[in-house]
Amino acid sequence: MFDLETAAHPQTLRRVAIDPVSRVEGHGKVTLLLDDDNQVHQVRLHIVEFRGFEVFIEGRPYWEVPVTVQRLCGICPVSHHLAAVKAMDLIAGAKQIPPTAEKLRRLMHYGQVLQSHALHFFHLCSPDLLLGFDSDFTRRHILTVAEQHPEIAKQGILLRKFGQEVIRHTAGKRIHGTGAVPGGMNKALTVAERDALRREVDQMIVWSRGAVNLVKQMHLTKPEFYNRFGEFDSNLMGLVDERGALDFYHGGLRATDANRNILFDHLDYARYEEVIDEQAKPWSYMKFPHLRALGEEKGWYRVGPLARVAAADFLSTELANQERTEMMAVGNGRPPHGTLLYHWARLIEVLHSAELIRDLLDDPEILGTDLMADLSPQREGIREAVGVIEAPRGTLFHHYRVGEDDLVKFCNLIVSTTNNNQAMNEAIRHVARTFFDGREVTEGLLNHIEVAIRAYDPCLSCATHALGKMPLEVDLVAPDGQLISRRRRNLEGVA
Amino acid sequence: MSEPPVRPPKVVAKVVVFGWGNTSRGDDAIGPLLLADLEAAQLPGVETIEDFQLQIEHALDMVGADLVLFLDAGTQTAAPYVFYEAKPAGVFTASTHALLPEAVLSVYRQVQGQEPPPAFVLCVRGEQFGLGEPMSEVAIERLEAAKGLVRELCAQPDVGLWRARVV
Repeated sequence: MFDLETAAHPQTLRRVAIDPVSRVEGHGKVTLLLDDDNQVHQVRLHIVEFRGFEVFIEGRPYWEVPVTVQRLCGICPVSHHLAAVKAMDLIAGAKQIPPTAEKLRRLMHYGQVLQSHALHFFHLCSPDLLLGFDSDFTRRHILTVAEQHPEIAKQGILLRKFGQEVIRHTAGKRIHGTGAVPGGMNKALTVAERDALRREVDQMIVWSRGAVNLVKQMHLTKPEFYNRFGEFDSNLMGLVDERGALDFYHGGLRATDANRNILFDHLDYARYEEVIDEQAKPWSYMKFPHLRALGEEKGWYRVGPLARVAAADFLSTELANQERTEMMAVGNGRPPHGTLLYHWARLIEVLHSAELIRDLLDDPEILGTDLMADLSPQREGIREAVGVIEAPRGTLFHHYRVGEDDLVKFCNLIVSTTNNNQAMNEAIRHVARTFFDGREVTEGLLNHIEVAIRAYDPCLSCATHALGKMPLEVDLVAPDGQLISRRRRNLEGVA
Repeated sequence: MSEPPVRPPKVVAKVVVFGWGNTSRGDDAIGPLLLADLEAAQLPGVETIEDFQLQIEHALDMVGADLVLFLDAGTQTAAPYVFYEAKPAGVFTASTHALLPEAVLSVYRQVQGQEPPPAFVLCVRGEQFGLGEPMSEVAIERLEAAKGLVRELCAQPDVGLWRARVV
């Protein structure tokens, strides 16, 4: 039983709900059960929307899947595109793809990591970090950041735009790209496209370094707060290459304990089911994965920027690795575990991605035209395959079985946010224990909960989006169900 | 009210049209489908941009535009559609990474240091948005009605005429 997951006598407690959690993708809500003295007894992050990804995919031809899965998520379609195509390479009979094809996929992926992280930091989190967790919530958004820190806001937009240009040049289109196909790539990078990106990438590296310095200075100014906010021990997981360096695109699975002792290393990710189990709980649609060997209570883990940067031995680019060394020093010999360090690690990954993009653009092989593996018409009969990448939010698993008719019969996805499910719950429980107990609940305090969730950049849902969505409401309800108060944030940001 | 007279502009104006949504989520396809229909018309001066969601960088796509049109599906909005002029405002959605048109216009103002071009929103009401769901019959009817309006607007890229069509 996890501390604060389930109250002993919930019927005697009052309930506070944050529904939906703001500035995260999709529909999640947080509930807190408090007693009359405002002592916290239960805290849960619920995912209240069933996604049905697997049903959406099953029955489709395997070669169509890398394109179709992009419709699962409007936030990271490239991640699904690449995880799926890595699995479908094997189904198509391509154990290896040509070097240029892999480099183009990597380029696309690094562009995705860069643009996703830039959006998250500059648009979604900088309002909390630059304006303050308790600042006026009607002005706690990117437009106020743009007023008060115009250069930072502009750099964030241009970094994101650059990442999207990388995707466009490699995927062929801004969205619904078809660049990666089972067996390789179907679009080469032209000299003009390479040169256009090369002209800008050095500036992107400069801005990325500036962003790392910005968040680093925040931590150094208030180290106790930044390092301790939402701090708890956990196992860590991520992909590493054969040298132990973080690899966003391909590698073996590494898991460590909270002290960074290796639990397993260079594990073929096709064997993920041997080491990872998923548990369902009645109060959330999102499952709770954990390492089988350690069990549910001790085997849960974190993925994503902080987890994989810490789990790896080093980063393969010079500037990013220097920054990693500085960040790791915060832990005094242990991996840092503070939730807000996800921001620091995320910006190190922005810098790492920009450096990786530069290095690929300087590689003559990136302009090659040998893009497809030789696919034998008589395939070897591989009907089941797994594709894994390090998506911006963490390790992403795609697992497929394909029938003799080439249609997908089985599909299992463990998305990055699901891997962090228990960690996000632990983070908000830690924050509730630290900041809530015995205090009156205010919007600023509730935002502390949201800050903890946003640090993981969760993608709770999908690409659906339409004007007229529900506003944020926070209800305070008495044990008998009577509504005591309601705080409402409408589209104009008015309470 | 009588229809305003149709006058071809003296110079071909640049109209940037955004359509966003997920074509695999039922009525969320309205924005992209409206955009596809407009592209088929091949009107001069019209630049179309499709995306899953509206985001900060779309402010940069508006640079140099004389008029901007946002096409999206709506939930709980007026049926069959609403057409209104959007102004820069610090509005934000509570639940997603996506921005509202008004917020993108504000980002333009902040980043470019000048007022954004006149911008209008056509929001067609949808009913069902589940992954893998087809479009609802009623939304298909609304979509067909809205296609004509989009083509008319983009064939007459005049802010005065557009304002006269606001409902």
